[in-house]
Amino acid sequence: MSGLRIDHVSWGVGRRLIVDGVDCTAPAGAVTGLCGPNGSGKSSLLRLVAAIRTPAAGVVRFGEDDLTTMRRRDRARALALVEQDAHTDLPLLVGDAVLLGRTPHRAPLAGPTDADHAVAAAALARAGAAGLADRDVSTLSGGERQRVHMARALAQSPDLLLLDEPTNHLDVAARLETMRLVRSLAAGGITVLAALHDLDLAASACDHVVMLAEGRVVTAGPVDEVLVPDVVEKVYGVRCAVLRHPRTGRPVLAFDLE
Amino acid sequence: MTTTTPRTRTTTRVPGEARPAVAPRRGPRGVVWIPLAAVLLLVTVVVAVTIGPADVSVGDAAASVAGHLGMGGLVEAPSRLVDAMVWELRMPRVLTAACVGAGLALCGVVMQSLTRNPLADPYLLGLSSGASLGAVLVLLVGVSVLLPVAAFVGSTAALVATLLLAGASGGVTPARTVLAGLAVGQAAAAATSFVIFTSAQGDSYREVLTWLMGSVAGSTWTEVAIAGGAVLVLGGLLVSTGSVLDAFTYGDTAAAALGVHVARTRWTMLIGVAVLTGALVAVSGAIGFVGLILPHAVRFLTGARHRLLLPLSALFGASFLVWSDTAARTVVAPSELPVGIVTAAIGAPVFTLLLWRRRAA
Repeated sequence: MSGLRIDHVSWGVGRRLIVDGVDCTAPAGAVTGLCGPNGSGKSSLLRLVAAIRTPAAGVVRFGEDDLTTMRRRDRARALALVEQDAHTDLPLLVGDAVLLGRTPHRAPLAGPTDADHAVAAAALARAGAAGLADRDVSTLSGGERQRVHMARALAQSPDLLLLDEPTNHLDVAARLETMRLVRSLAAGGITVLAALHDLDLAASACDHVVMLAEGRVVTAGPVDEVLVPDVVEKVYGVRCAVLRHPRTGRPVLAFDLE
Repeated sequence: MTTTTPRTRTTTRVPGEARPAVAPRRGPRGVVWIPLAAVLLLVTVVVAVTIGPADVSVGDAAASVAGHLGMGGLVEAPSRLVDAMVWELRMPRVLTAACVGAGLALCGVVMQSLTRNPLADPYLLGLSSGASLGAVLVLLVGVSVLLPVAAFVGSTAALVATLLLAGASGGVTPARTVLAGLAVGQAAAAATSFVIFTSAQGDSYREVLTWLMGSVAGSTWTEVAIAGGAVLVLGGLLVSTGSVLDAFTYGDTAAAALGVHVARTRWTMLIGVAVLTGALVAVSGAIGFVGLILPHAVRFLTGARHRLLLPLSALFGASFLVWSDTAARTVVAPSELPVGIVTAAIGAPVFTLLLWRRRAA
């Protein structure tokens, strides 16, 4: 089993450091939430892990592999990134959108094979979107679109799944459905690192949480140790109580208005 | 070099899926379009050669072509007049139109995809304006180089200026490239207008206007060789990049996450498009609308998968420009129109219709 290890990673624009010496891990087969206020560097850190940005310092390792120096195609077979609000104006069928995920698995100029079609169909089914294959992506609802993005990422057959605000703009049912899928993928052995805005969702769905503020790790560890009133107050400046869900036993954050 | 061991694990596994569901073979949908479009182009070329002020039958045309290809013994030779008309006048013109149309449509697809801009066309980087400036200098100021050479140099200079400007302002992103191309294009257009305003007299106005509107009139086998060679070599390479362009569907970040070297790919393909466009503009001037409309029309028929879109756009673009040029030389015969007027007259309403249909869909 391999996990993700981020060692002293820094990156900035000009002289301003957006990600400032981040050290953290995301264990294999678990869901790790990346939390923090707006502008705390969550999306930037995900892009650094995906090697879309090159760190100014530090190393990102996944198992034995150094993600920052790995060959592009090998990296694209090991990890998949689901961006926030990815969209296209092109007329495209869902099935073809999911097939894009197979790109790193074939020769650069080759077309999809029968095996690629089979993997794409399986990925659609896994994401609960089997019935959408022949729809045009522009006709999908927000929840359906998110399922298709997940399927596109799964078609890459990744061992590491990076999610940037996967539940943004979704209603509560679609949010829970997304996190249920993410949890079952992790149970199947995938390492998941997900930037999450919603602390309640992180509390109910993550095994581990990395709390960022101003590009630095404030604290990281099991969800019960990170999502506590002191940390939330320090990072967000708001007060809360942590309750227990009567049925699941998971933490629930109740915020004070006063 | 990386020390990473090659990944040997199976690549057809969906995470968490013990046994991948076997998909019904979806098949290469739409591939039937390619032979259809190829046949259409062949018929188009044959019919277009027979159309003109003097009647030429399909048989005469075939006999003339066969004669020049060293198969003259197989058929009865046509009269020398007909032979000259087919082989020296109409064939080169029709084939030049076909090559230019194919190249422009292809470049349009690539530009629209790389810049993620539905209004992009092959001239987006200021190429046509640069070429026009070169041509006008030859036609009016009497710079003594061959016109195609001047046009090609002009378009290449515009490309270099655009890429330098985009690079200097922080990288060849789609938005910066488009804006830099706009700036260079406007500057070259202003210089062209200045030269025309200060130097053109009498009939030279018409000559300049014809070139600026685009025309394949007077094409010889030299033009066929330039446009055809560029389309076969560069166009052939561009047609093979369907998978790469598909990876850009959801933007640069998504392409990078799929293992594409975004910056290198964009540079290489922009330069390929620019050199091909430069060669086309050099033989025909800046024919508008083909590179803008054809990609949209073909996408409307078959969707946005580039592996199909690229070859189909080239084939349909070739047929489209041959018919447009045939109209340009026959509608007001014995005079003729610049073909750019015909493509604009067809292109503008077709574009409107496509927008309308897409909105309704």
